Amino acid sequence: MQQAMTKSDLVDRLARKNSQLAYKDVELGVKTLIEHMSQTLASGERIEIRGFGSFSLHFRPPRFGRNPKTGTAVALSGKYVPHFKPGKELRERVNDGASVSATTHSEYAEPDIFSSDDMDD
Amino acid sequence: MALTKADLAERLFEELGLNKREAKELVEQFFEEIRQALENGESVKLSGFGNFQLRSKNERPGRNPKTGEEIPISARRVVTFRPGQKLKARVEAYAGSNEQR
Repeated sequence: MQQAMTKSDLVDRLARKNSQLAYKDVELGVKTLIEHMSQTLASGERIEIRGFGSFSLHFRPPRFGRNPKTGTAVALSGKYVPHFKPGKELRERVNDGASVSATTHSEYAEPDIFSSDDMDD
Repeated sequence: MALTKADLAERLFEELGLNKREAKELVEQFFEEIRQALENGESVKLSGFGNFQLRSKNERPGRNPKTGEEIPISARRVVTFRPGQKLKARVEAYAGSNEQR
């Protein structure tokens, strides 16, 4: 079984690291990002995030399906489905993380370490 | 033209009134948190959008497509994305005539 980070977990984590921002701004920010990405795909455009990956649409050609209850053949029209291709950095980190175990990032369990300067270059 | 981090930051700047630097950082951190979660073995569930899941793949035989030489593809952990119902429905409605891949 996998543990999961939900949207609200993500908002919490971002809010903790951005004490200069109001919680509701972080919340609205995450919502806005996700909505912008959804809109983009819904309008047929790709998304390209370097180091993370790209989202695009794949076409599923028309086919004949069957009504599972009656067994009647039904014509299904072609459609687009969202597709994600992980980028190089994400692929590598996910694969390396599998062997390293969570210890590498245990510091993220301690929110107080994050002073506002932590993210500065 | 594809949507990029710069476009996302611009939208945060316009709609949330974050300054440009804050907007850029929030976009960067948004993706970094997702990467970190996945790296640490957590799946990521963004309701309304979709789920990023981890899968462990066993070693399997592969081939160098150029030379035809057989090389095993090592066991690895990979990310898969499963779009949510809402996103699928919105994208399905896209009947665009311009080619997209």
